[in-house]
Order: sequence, then structure tokens, then C-alpha cells
Amino acid sequence: MISQFFVLSQRGDHIVFRDYRGEVPKGSAEIFFRKVKFWNDDEAEEAPPVFNVDGVNYIHVKVAGLFFVVTTMVNVSPSLLLELLQRIARVTKDYLGVLNEDSLRKNFILVYELLDEVIDFGYPQTTSTEVLKSYIFNEPIMVDAGRLPPLGPAAMFMQGTKRMPGTAVTKSVVANEPGGKKREEIFVDIIERISVTFSSSGYILTSEIDGTIQMKSYLTGNPEIRLALNEDLSIGRTGSSSYDYRSSSGGGAVILDDCNFHESVHLDSFDIDRTLTLIPPDGEFAVMNYRMTQEFKPPFRVTALIEEAGPSRAEVLLKIRADFSANVTANTITVQMPVPSYTMRASFELEAGAVGQTTDFKEGSRRLEWNLKKASANKD
Amino acid sequence: MAPTVPSAAKSASPSQPSGKSEVADLKQQLRQLAGSRAPDADDQRRDVFKRVISCMTAGIDVSAAFGEMVLCSATSDVVTKKMCYLYVGAHARAHPDLALLTINFLQRDCRDQDPTIRGLALRSLCSLRVPNLVEYLVTPLTTGLKDPSAYVRMIAAVGAAKLYHISATACIDADLPASLKALMLSDPDAQVVANCLHALQEIWTLEAANSEAAAREIETLYSKPVVFYLLNKIKDFSEWAQCLVLELASKFLPSDNNEIFDIMNLLEDRLQHANGAVVLSTIKVFLHLTMSMTDVHQQVYERIKAPLLTLVGAGSPEQSYSVLCHLHLLVMRAPMLFSSDYKSFYCQFSDPSYVKKLKLEMLTAIANESNTYEIVILDVFSPVTELCEYAGNVDVPIARESIRAVGKIALQQYDVNAIVDRLLQFLEMDKDYVTAETLVLVKDLLRKYPQWSHDCIAVVGNISSKNIQEPKGKAALIWMLGEYSQDMHDAPYFLESLVENWDEEHSPEVRLHLLTAVMKCFFKRPPETQKALGATLAAGLSDTHQDVHDRALFYYRLLQYDPAVAERVVNPPKQALSVFADTQSSEMKDRIFDEFNSLSVVYQKPSYMFTDKEHRGPFEYAEDLTNLAVGAEAQENVISAQRYQENDNDLLLSTSDKEDNGTRASNGSATSTYNAPSDLIGSSLISSQAPAETSLINTGGPTYSSQSNFSLDDLLGLGVTEAPVPPPPPALTLNSKPVLDPGTFQRKWGQLALALTQECSLSPQGAASLMNPQSLIRHMQSNYIQCIASGGQPPNYKFFFYAQKDGATAFFLVECIVNTASATAQLKIKADDGTAAEAFSTLFQSALSNFGLS
Repeated sequence: MISQFFVLSQRGDHIVFRDYRGEVPKGSAEIFFRKVKFWNDDEAEEAPPVFNVDGVNYIHVKVAGLFFVVTTMVNVSPSLLLELLQRIARVTKDYLGVLNEDSLRKNFILVYELLDEVIDFGYPQTTSTEVLKSYIFNEPIMVDAGRLPPLGPAAMFMQGTKRMPGTAVTKSVVANEPGGKKREEIFVDIIERISVTFSSSGYILTSEIDGTIQMKSYLTGNPEIRLALNEDLSIGRTGSSSYDYRSSSGGGAVILDDCNFHESVHLDSFDIDRTLTLIPPDGEFAVMNYRMTQEFKPPFRVTALIEEAGPSRAEVLLKIRADFSANVTANTITVQMPVPSYTMRASFELEAGAVGQTTDFKEGSRRLEWNLKKASANKD
Repeated sequence: MAPTVPSAAKSASPSQPSGKSEVADLKQQLRQLAGSRAPDADDQRRDVFKRVISCMTAGIDVSAAFGEMVLCSATSDVVTKKMCYLYVGAHARAHPDLALLTINFLQRDCRDQDPTIRGLALRSLCSLRVPNLVEYLVTPLTTGLKDPSAYVRMIAAVGAAKLYHISATACIDADLPASLKALMLSDPDAQVVANCLHALQEIWTLEAANSEAAAREIETLYSKPVVFYLLNKIKDFSEWAQCLVLELASKFLPSDNNEIFDIMNLLEDRLQHANGAVVLSTIKVFLHLTMSMTDVHQQVYERIKAPLLTLVGAGSPEQSYSVLCHLHLLVMRAPMLFSSDYKSFYCQFSDPSYVKKLKLEMLTAIANESNTYEIVILDVFSPVTELCEYAGNVDVPIARESIRAVGKIALQQYDVNAIVDRLLQFLEMDKDYVTAETLVLVKDLLRKYPQWSHDCIAVVGNISSKNIQEPKGKAALIWMLGEYSQDMHDAPYFLESLVENWDEEHSPEVRLHLLTAVMKCFFKRPPETQKALGATLAAGLSDTHQDVHDRALFYYRLLQYDPAVAERVVNPPKQALSVFADTQSSEMKDRIFDEFNSLSVVYQKPSYMFTDKEHRGPFEYAEDLTNLAVGAEAQENVISAQRYQENDNDLLLSTSDKEDNGTRASNGSATSTYNAPSDLIGSSLISSQAPAETSLINTGGPTYSSQSNFSLDDLLGLGVTEAPVPPPPPALTLNSKPVLDPGTFQRKWGQLALALTQECSLSPQGAASLMNPQSLIRHMQSNYIQCIASGGQPPNYKFFFYAQKDGATAFFLVECIVNTASATAQLKIKADDGTAAEAFSTLFQSALSNFGLS
């Protein structure tokens, strides 16, 4: 079972440290940090999330540039601990509004309070924001998300950045609005990760969509919510309404390969009319995860033309083509291109008349970035 | 609640405490506050406490302030209270006397009206970990277990486990386990039930070492009433508690198939849970339940595929890593199952390197005839070229891994032609690490498929050794130069130039290879190499490295003694080898599989290798029992130390870790790591005496490459050359050199139906001469029946043999249990070709009865 839980900053400072069973020798946090930092120095590999030093198992996840770590002496389920760490991070986020080093430092007492309830003697207890509410007495101290400094280059790789929360979503679940009135709100996000591999001749080799329906509820009184999905959806080979551009172009049934649901979801009427009934718990959670490999039209096509213009120069012509119906626009598109580490300089030329586009060469991460604020359909 | 952070705390930022003076300062402030009745005393106290905790977190020793903290602890503010409890919990151990001071207010709080306060106080009371305070714990705990509030009961249940750790006798004397059990089976609150189960498991598992009764109690936890009671309530539990109950259920031994199907139907919807831990636990239950039902087991594999793949995509990279590790294990067991899903394991650009690595391994594992082309050409190849050509330097390790993956697929014999082409193209890419990695692979390939030598040599010949810096690659190149010097026009000159730079060569491995290569070359093309040989031997003799020096001396003396003998030693005729020795033993894989959904899977080694005995999980003791009961196909019950180390080369952990584990385990518990498995499975089947020989036999046979395995030949004790005249040809003739690797054997053994069961007798002489398994193995080998695993203590031995029908692919597998006391043997024969089983049985028996007579 869990021996210790700690949160480390990127520099290895303890932000939170809690020992549950007192069986792991002192200095575990330092051992962990050294191991992670210098995992495989010459090959620049990342440390795997689970490893063992001197009989102590260290399991960690990286959230918002912070290491959430548990240690254990026992052979436990790694998934359980990784899920738990992720959940602790999420619950903390529910309470603090934003999760970063600053907000954690300001609220560490609250986090200790949370940890006391979430884990007892190394056994996970409850991680529901709602249940925890009745045991937590500290008030969160708000941190303004807007003026936070970026967390350095590593922040780029965080999975968290794939999501762009609006400012409203960064408020705490428990804190009251300054004006005293609480707004009854619920946020539903559909996040999809589309992976498509093209061959050099432009054919699609693989295409896969991993999607999540995320919900963040600020509703009081826990009302029942119904969420209707596309009626043409079928599971086992089943579907979702997420592809608005496709349904508008009259695409037939949507077939999901597989999906899973949050605990609070009742599937009683799902088979009949594709409705999910749920009583949303407070805070953020994933209502449903799904995966599909059905053929679909990728929303973007990127073509690259590389010309070697001399012994130490290469010209790359990048084209992006948005492939969806005219009434939809895509916002905040980022195209990234990795370049060899010996790239010294990069210069960019944007198409004439380009508005709201920026380009950047990030030396640290060896990437070129091309940001587009807006793209409408059928544009090259 | 009052607004926090007044000016006093702001001046001293809580995040940057300055050490000693800070502690003294805090002490001072606490002392002032202790008696203060001022209206804002609570707020001030809260701030000071906050700073104390913040110092504590930063690792500053604040235990000096213990007395002052305790003095200030009498407060009604819950937040302050909690901070104080946290502090006291962390430091009470160092100050047992002062801790006594806290008992008073904790006990008072335990009787508070508010259940939250009661719970809190009880939790802190149990967390003090001070042995001399145990007497104060028992009463609050017993009342806590009967508290009307579920919150308090929940805390009391865990508290019982805490008490057990402080003082086992106090816990047992108070009869807490009995109350926990009663509570577990009756309490309406799911979390209370779960915590009772946690506590009971922990207490009884630890207690089982000293008492029979506790061992029986553990049994009852896995009994039908308990498991079914908990499973029926499973939806009430929190997701974490669900994992616990599922883990329990996976240890349950159902009495008939109906029970199995009941459980599976009940848990079916758990596979759709969003929490990966729940899904994996459910899968473990399914897999373990259906272990004995081959066809249902296959259906389970089909069923769990989709949920697992969804989990890989859904979570954070860390979560998908863990799920991938489990998928990897499943893929190893049933590669065919996932062969059509290979696209799911394509690496994505954003995957962290540990995920990519794992995915590449999976691709290697599932490559087969139908998808090799696509995987290698479209997938592995395309990332490789992509990585190498235009993003190559971005991720060197992954590029290396990919090349290795291509090579591994090639070694699995599918579509070698195309792959060799690819590899040779890599060589032309002219990148240091690519060339080095590829050379190692080409060398391995040539050892397996010598027929490709001409194509490879042509390309290899063009490589200049100047470009290769890495010792491994260089050594591989030199090996090829020596081995194929007759085909490579300028090999001698090439070697000569390398010898000239002897002093600049830092790696002893390369120098050793260079010595051998020059020797080989000398025997193939003496006039051209003579000069180089002289220089090499001279350089080798003056080398500071012991091995290099010794080998040079050995060659020198050998040449002096008789060049013809030297040639036989250096250039023996070679046969292509079919199996590389470093595949993980199936016994190991089985143990890991038994520990599905645990860290074993991630580390790819069974738990005894990385945990101390005292830290074994609550289940492992019982796990061994189930192992015995189910008899989970433990054919290879023998693990050799040598084997262990070979396997480890492939494992994820670094060398230093391994050593740490090794020493740790041997210090920690009575048994050393290496012998641990036999210790675990009990005295049933294993001999730990001669493990090295027996387990290596199966990869043995004359197919061994002689180059690197001089040392093994002795170990193998192959008496092949002295094989007696083959028995008079019966109706059935056997292939004289069948090849079957342990994995395949195991799979076949699992799949095939029992063809024959027979008892036969041994000659008395035979029984008498069967002092160790070796003698029989050698005897059977001379009858073309190979042994794949053996073990046992006198008078009982157990063997697994296999043989192949001559000119056909059909195998015969035999499990043979010999009792030397009664000179009888029990045979279980399984055959690919059932009709020939009878004939084979006769053959086998005649071979067996001849034992000891020849």
C-alpha cells in the first residue's frame, strides 16, 4: 500500500509531503528526484512512470509541471496508483481552480487536509469532490490564472495543454463568487485526439480518434442530467455526435470501436435512444471515453515539400488544407514541425495576406511552430 | 470563516523558511500564544501553525517546537486542530514522553459531538505510532467501531490496522479482528466494509506467519460467501474499493463452471468503467477464473481487447503506459490475437519515450507472416527513416530501438529477404548510431542465416571503421571481418589498420574481438595476415586488461603447440543457430501472469525479485497456495542463477538496480533471490541443486554456436558424440534434432488434449542409476527424445520431454513422473498427431526401460 505521497516542483522542492506508514527510509523524495532528472543522461530518455530503487517503488505522474509521487514497498497495481495520482491532481484542481506550483504553495494546508481524507494509512478512501466537501474546512486562496508565468519549456509537453479552458472553468468548485451569488453552470467539453498518418503520396495509412466528453459541474442540488448522443451511433462497432462537420455533410452511422463511462452514468435508456442519464458529481470528470478507427475525413491535410537548397540549407514548404464544410471555422491551430538538433536558424515566409498568423522557432524543443488564429473551410 | 493571511505571516513568506532561526522564532511566538486569550489568538495561531507545517514540508527539523505546539493545541478551530494533528503525527515518535500530553485532548475529542471531530481525533490518535501509548488506543477504537457515524467507523477500521503495526498483541488481545469481520459482513456503508477488508487482510497476512488460525481466517476471506457477498454489492463501492474487492475475487477458487459464469456476468459491465484500475482488476478476475477453460479463456482475450485499447488512448501517458505494459504481457501470451490490431501500437509523435519503446516492443511481438510487410515496411521502417532522416537526432534512443525492433522481427524468420534489404539500407545512411546498431543486428542475422553473408558482406566491406565509435558496433564489424575474411577482399588489410591503432582502442571488448578476428583471418589467408597476427599478439600480450592479455597468451601458446589444433579451436565449422539464449523463461512469464495487475508486469519480473519478504502484499501468500492447487502449468520449475542473469539483460531496470535488488534480498530474508522461486512453490517439484545444467539443456543440442559459448559447453554436459547405436528402427522414427523452444512447448502443452496416460516400469538398474535427472536426460537424448525441463528430489523426479516425428512437423510432448523407489514412471503424452501417439508411447517406454542397461 502507499507509504508516502509527495508533490515536487520542477526544481525538486517539496511542495507537499505526507508519510502514511513510516516504512520508507528518509530521503526518498531526493532519491526520486535525482533518478528522474538523470534517468538516462546520454540518451535523454524520460523516466518511466514506475520504477524501483532499493526495494522502494516510485510511481509518479506529471501534471502541470509538477511531480505527483507515491512510494510503496508492496507489489500493488500500478494502474490503481496512477489513476489515484491523476485523481488527486484533479480533485486538487477542483478545489483550487487552477493547478500549478503557485496555487499549491499558497494552499498547501488545504492540500494536506485533502490528503488526510483521500488516503488513510496508505489505503485510498474517497476521491469524490462532493464527499470530500463535508470534511474540508480550509478556504482555497485564489490565484489569478491570467498572470501566471509559463512553467518553462517542459510545460509544452504536458498533456494538460492540449486543452484550452476558458477563464470561467478555472474557478474553484467550492469557492463562492465574490458577489455572494453562485452561478449555476455546467461545462461540457468534447475533446478528441485525432491521429492520422499519411503516406508520402497522400494516402491515409492509419486514422484513429480518441475522444472524451468532459464535464465540469457547478450546479447545486445535484439535478439529473440527460445527454443525448447521435441517434445513429452504434457501439461495438457505435458512434457519437462529435463530428458536426460530418453529420452536416450527411455522413451515415457513427461507429465507435469501444467506449467506457463514468460511474455516475446510467445506461438504462442508452440502448433505446442513445441518452445518457447522469447525476453529475461536483467538479471535473470524464463522462465517457471512446475510440473509433472507422474511416473518416480528416479535418486537415498537411503537405510538406522539402527541397535541399545547398549543403547546409533546406527549404520547407508547408501547406495546410482545411477539409470541412464552410459553416465551421477552426480556431487556434498550431502546426508543429520537429527539426534536426543542428538547425541553427529558421526564417519564415508567410503567404501574402495572412492575418493572425505567427511563426516561431523554438530552439529548446527543436520545433518550428506556426500558429493560426482562425481557419475556415477549404483554405490552403 | 475568517479571512486568512494577516500581515504577520506575509512578512515571512511561508515558502522560504530560513532554518534554525526560523524555528526558534516560531517557538517564541507559540509560547506567547499558548496562554493568550486575545480575540484574534486563533487567527494568529493558525498562521504560526501554517509556518511550522511549511517548514516541516521543506524538510527543516521543527521537532524542537514540539512542546510548544502541544501547549497551543487546545483550540476549537478545526483548521488549526488539523494542522496540529498533522504535526503531532509526524513528530510524536521522536518525543514519546511529550506525546503523552496530546493524548488527553485527543481522547477528549474522540468523545466530541461532531462525528468529524471524533473521526479526526481517532485517526490522529492511531497515527501517533508510539508504543507506550497503546493502552490509550484500544478503548477509543472499540467504541469507534460501533460509532453511529460511518465516517468514524471507517477511520476506526483502518485504525485497527495501525494499532496492529504498533503492537500486534494489543490488537489481537482486544479481539479487534473479530469485530472487524463482523462489521465487514454487516455494515451498510461500503467504505467501512472496504476498510475492514483492508485491515483484515493486513492483520491476518502478517499474523499468518505465526498462527494457524490466522491462515485459516485468510482462507475464509476467499471463501464463497464472503466473495459473493462483496461482489453483489460491488456497485456501492468507490472505484478504489472496487479494485480491492476484485482483487479478492481473483483469488477465489470457484467450485464449478456455473459460479464462474455467475461472476463473469456480474462483472461484465465493470469492463466499461472509466477507471483503468477497475478494468484491469476485472480482467484479472476473468483471466484467473477461466484459466482451466481454454476456449472461454480465448473468448475473454477477445472481450478485453477493446476496453484495453480504449484505455490506452484515453488517459494520461502514465496511465496508458501501465495499460500498455499489461497489453504487452497479453501480447506475449497470445500474439495472434492482436495481430490485426497492430495499427493501435503505432507510435505517435507526442508519446513520451517510454511509451514509444513499449509500443515498438509490441510491434515486434505481433509481427507475423501476414502483417510483417506492413509493420516493417510501413511502420517500423517509416518511423525509422523518418526519425533517422529528418528528425533523427530529435530522438536517438527511439531510432535505436526501432532498428533493434526491425532486427528482432528479422530473427523471427518472417520475410527475411525484405528486412535484410532494409537493414543494409540503414548502413548506407551514414549516421554513427544507426550504423553501429545495425552492425550488431547484421551480425546476429548472419549467425542465424549464414546464407545472406554475400549480400551483407558487400555492404559491410564499404564501411570505414573510423565512422564507428561505439564498441558494440565496432566489435560486430570486427567479428564479421574475421568470420568472412575469405569473402572480403581487403579484410586482412582492414584488420591490420585496426591493429595499428590498438592503443587508441579503449574498449576491451573490441580488443578481444580483434584478437579472435585476426586469428580467424590468419587461418583463412595466412600470407596476408601473418604480419598483422604478430603485431596483434604482441600488442595483446602487453595489454593491461587481464582478459585480453590471457587470450593473447592462450592463442600464442596454442599456435606454438600445434597450428592445426589452433585452427580447430578458432575456426570450427559453424552451424546456424536457431534460438538465441536470452528469451525469458516461460516459468517466469507464468509467474508474472499470475501477478497480473501489479508492478511485476511493469518491471517484467516476478514480485520476489523486487520486494522483501516482509513487504509482500497481502495476497502473495495465498497466491502461492493457488499456484499449487491449480497446478498452473509449472513445467519449468527450475530457474538457474545463470538464466536469471541472462534474462535480466532484457529487463527494463538498469544494472545497478538489479544488483541492489539482489543484495537487498539476500541480506533481508533467509533465502537468497536466486533460490526464492523454489522456496515459494514449496517442496513440490523442484530441485535447486543442479539448476544450471537442467534448464540450459533445452536450448542446447548441437545447434549451439561455438563462438561465444565455449564456457557453456562444459555446463551442458552434452554426451552427444558418444551416443550409442540407435535402437532398432521401430515403425516410427524420430527426428534426431528436433527444435522446440520452451514457450512453444508450453503453448502446445496447454492447447493439446491428453492423448495417452500410462504407467510403465523402469529396470531396477535404471532406477538405481537415476541419481540425478541428468543421466536420464542424456539417455533419452540418445533416443532422440529431448528434455525441455526437469526437476524433483529423490525419489520423485519430474521431466518434460519432447520429440518430433522424422520428416514431419508434428511434435510429441511427454510429462513423465519417475519414482525411483518403486521403479515406475507415469506418462502423460500429448501429440500434434494423435494417431501416432500409441506408436510413440511404445517407443518412449522401450527407451525408458532400456535405461540403465546399456
